[in-house]
Amino acid sequence: MSRKTPEIPSASLADIAFMLLIFFLVTTTMDVDSGLERRLPAFVENPEEDDTPPIKERNVFIVLVNKDNQLLVEGEWMQISELREKAKEFMANPFDLENLPEKEYKEVNFFGEVGISKGVISLQNDLGTQYGTYIAVQNELVGAINELREELSKSKFGKPYASLTKEEQDAVREIYPQRISEAEPKKVGGK
Amino acid sequence: MHKFKKKGSNELPPISTASLPDIVFMLLFFFMVSTTMREVTLKVRQTLPSATELNKLEKKSLVSYIYVGVPHREFQRAYGIEPRIQLNDQFAEVSDITDYIIAEREARNEAEVPFMITSLKVDEYTKMQIVQDIKQELRKAAALHINYSARKRQAQF
Repeated sequence: MSRKTPEIPSASLADIAFMLLIFFLVTTTMDVDSGLERRLPAFVENPEEDDTPPIKERNVFIVLVNKDNQLLVEGEWMQISELREKAKEFMANPFDLENLPEKEYKEVNFFGEVGISKGVISLQNDLGTQYGTYIAVQNELVGAINELREELSKSKFGKPYASLTKEEQDAVREIYPQRISEAEPKKVGGK
Repeated sequence: MHKFKKKGSNELPPISTASLPDIVFMLLFFFMVSTTMREVTLKVRQTLPSATELNKLEKKSLVSYIYVGVPHREFQRAYGIEPRIQLNDQFAEVSDITDYIIAEREARNEAEVPFMITSLKVDEYTKMQIVQDIKQELRKAAALHINYSARKRQAQF
């Protein structure tokens, strides 16, 4: 009485798989989320009661963006494309110029004693500024610092910043910190 | 001489479809692995700004999203054509953000809360006013770690 069990038909397997495939195609997205990472300052009740000591004028890199998406950098009208070079020059101050930020000499791992710029980038925008411009400006400023870090790590360790060890990265970061502060925006330009 | 000549029928044999399921399964697995589930239906129109210095959002489960943009056409009658905030699947006001952040925190493990990131997906043409209000609200809610979502642009030299 040994009867052969009939084989399960596999003709519909393809259809089932297709159905699943289409389901996944419809319900999922492929985009990788990426963006500019920032940290907001903690909330303070009364911004007027700020008792941090004033920063010297030469140590601040002021970037203003108005409602027409125009840039005023250190009192000069500028294009976004020029901003990166200017910010790099400010942060690095290679010739120790008088009008660029002071340096504080400090012992850093791997590097010995180096002058670390006291420069702070201050960004202020109008409430009517377009978000796209705001991001473009942020991008240039972050890019300037990233480029400086990249150059330093290339000249010191001979390899890109991303492939340094954690300690080396920390040292490079200490020399070029990312100090971008955002002032409360002003409403100047109307709507 | 015609040693290799086939005898009999000149018909082509039918293509075997036995491997079809395997191929489809392969595609299926590819899509299952490389994509992520869509969580919300966008009700606002968005063109994200482009940037070069991007960080990837590593842990998707720790990210809460805030969408800002002009409502899609079918919602414009009800919500107007000014940029609006969308939280989860609904339009929201700036004042709802605190509640949203708290709800997002409740949903996570307590140990993971300090690593949470808020991703701002804002349309390129939005005015900063609304973004500023959101940032202020996030500061009040102490959700300080944020990410301005942007598309990758090739660096230009």
